[in-house]
Amino acid sequence: MVKSTPDDTTGSVGNVKPQTAHFSVPLELRSGAVLRDYDLVYETYGTLNAERSNAVLVCHALNASHHVAGTYADEPGNVGWWDNMIGPGKPLDTDRFYVIGVNNIGGCHGSTGPGSINPATGKIWGGDFPIVTVEDWVDAQVQLADHLGIDCFAAVMGGSLGAMQALAWAFRHPQRLRHSIVIACTPNLSAQNIAFNEVARQAIVTDPDFHDGNYAAEGVAPRRGLRVARMVGHITYLSDDEMANKFGRQLKNGKLNYSFDTEFQIESYLRYQGNKFADQFDANTYLRITKVLDYFDPAAEHAGDLGLALKPVQAGVLVVSFTTDWRFSPERSREIVRALLDNRAQVTYAEIDAPHGHDAFLLDDTRYHRLIAAYFNRIHEEITP
Amino acid sequence: MNVSPEIQRSDFAAIAQWVQRGAHVLDLGCGDGTLLRYLQQTRGVTGYGVEIDDRNILECVNNGVNVIQGDLEQGLSEFEENSFDFVILSQTLQAMRNTERIMREMLRVGRAGIVTFPNFGHWKNRLHVLRGRMPVSNSLPFEWFDTPNIHLCTIADFERFCASRGIGVVGRTVLSGGKPVTAWPNLLGELAVYYFVD
Repeated sequence: MVKSTPDDTTGSVGNVKPQTAHFSVPLELRSGAVLRDYDLVYETYGTLNAERSNAVLVCHALNASHHVAGTYADEPGNVGWWDNMIGPGKPLDTDRFYVIGVNNIGGCHGSTGPGSINPATGKIWGGDFPIVTVEDWVDAQVQLADHLGIDCFAAVMGGSLGAMQALAWAFRHPQRLRHSIVIACTPNLSAQNIAFNEVARQAIVTDPDFHDGNYAAEGVAPRRGLRVARMVGHITYLSDDEMANKFGRQLKNGKLNYSFDTEFQIESYLRYQGNKFADQFDANTYLRITKVLDYFDPAAEHAGDLGLALKPVQAGVLVVSFTTDWRFSPERSREIVRALLDNRAQVTYAEIDAPHGHDAFLLDDTRYHRLIAAYFNRIHEEITP
Repeated sequence: MNVSPEIQRSDFAAIAQWVQRGAHVLDLGCGDGTLLRYLQQTRGVTGYGVEIDDRNILECVNNGVNVIQGDLEQGLSEFEENSFDFVILSQTLQAMRNTERIMREMLRVGRAGIVTFPNFGHWKNRLHVLRGRMPVSNSLPFEWFDTPNIHLCTIADFERFCASRGIGVVGRTVLSGGKPVTAWPNLLGELAVYYFVD
């Protein structure tokens, strides 16, 4: 069944509205800091069934928000970041599943974060907002699940950093999900990954407008730093081949000008991406999210034994990697698979031959989308009495 | 799997006879997962398939079988020693480049191995060769120029290979048209199923 939607886009969940849930139970963070109370902004698509068994939580990655699918009535161009995956008749079919997208704490899209008011001071948190981790995010998401009356998700799903959350759900709260869908993930960041993050952070904190993170009070924002941070990030999301195909050595203006203006198309592209991002994202949030990535390392607490870290996992796990992803390469996904195999967990692993690099998890690829659709079919059969 | 679908199924029961109820099984070159699903349903096994082909991965998911995408020619480094009760290689041996290596890997990760292959010594194949042509049949449906079967062997060849490599054959079933063959297996058998240990 294809629903007709307000903007008449086939397969779209149509116009959606974010909601806010307030939590007054303190959240103890891994850093030792405590968030006395906090808000989580979220969106839902589809209908929760009577058994409350068809809920799917979609976790966001580095740059994303709770706006996973659909559009807003007053912003028809603002399409959810995983709209090609989620909607009526799409791989995660909102005619069957009740889908939840959530903005994590520390974010800049409405959930409590560095731009919120610190109740202790009555001022904007700014640089004082605590460092958060994947585990903190997941623990906050558990509160949201309780709030929505969901004891057990049909699946928790994510790509990249979102996949780390999906995996963390499986070992931290094994009773609360049937399946974990872990796409373009890694069991921890490599030195190279951390190095790229550190360049991004240094770009931000050395921007004269950074003011130790308290730039809002000064009425400025470290846009230049955030822009460079995003440009660096963007390089790591694409494969060398994809960049060569898209841009090669194409010139911006047809001829070389021997100047520092944009000569090559790739420069123009990176500047555009950087500017766009700096207009809509908060530098304090970006800093913290890169730290969330760096700190993720479930094996570390088990003397480096990932199998031991994943021992509690009871969910079925679908692990998907992309051949040209050099940021979180297939080898890293295989480490997760190996740990789950050692535990005799329910695991399926697919390595998608896609040219797009790390970004492939967000793109249309028939094999990839068919696989996710088939896996959700299986979940649907399981939860259908 | 590199044979026709009818032949694929005829060896399932022969494999299942050795698989204990509730065993942990690894099915190498599991195709669309039909064998593993059969063993789940009839023997209550747990375990995984290993498969390289994208379409088969999708079919395994559709069949409710846990599958790991990978290339058997690269070995089984994903799997720990003795982590399976049985490692099965159904109708894939003849398509492997490194026959001995995969047999060794099977016995490293599993306590026992089960392998099935089309018997090149079957009289029809011999007849084809006598007439001067490479055999094309139900169990070997490919022409010489497009066959993935690069290491075809007879029952006698396989047994010599096992004996020379210290691989202990503990069970053998030979089938023709899906039925067991007892007399002159190397002449009358289309398909051989072996159960072996280190």
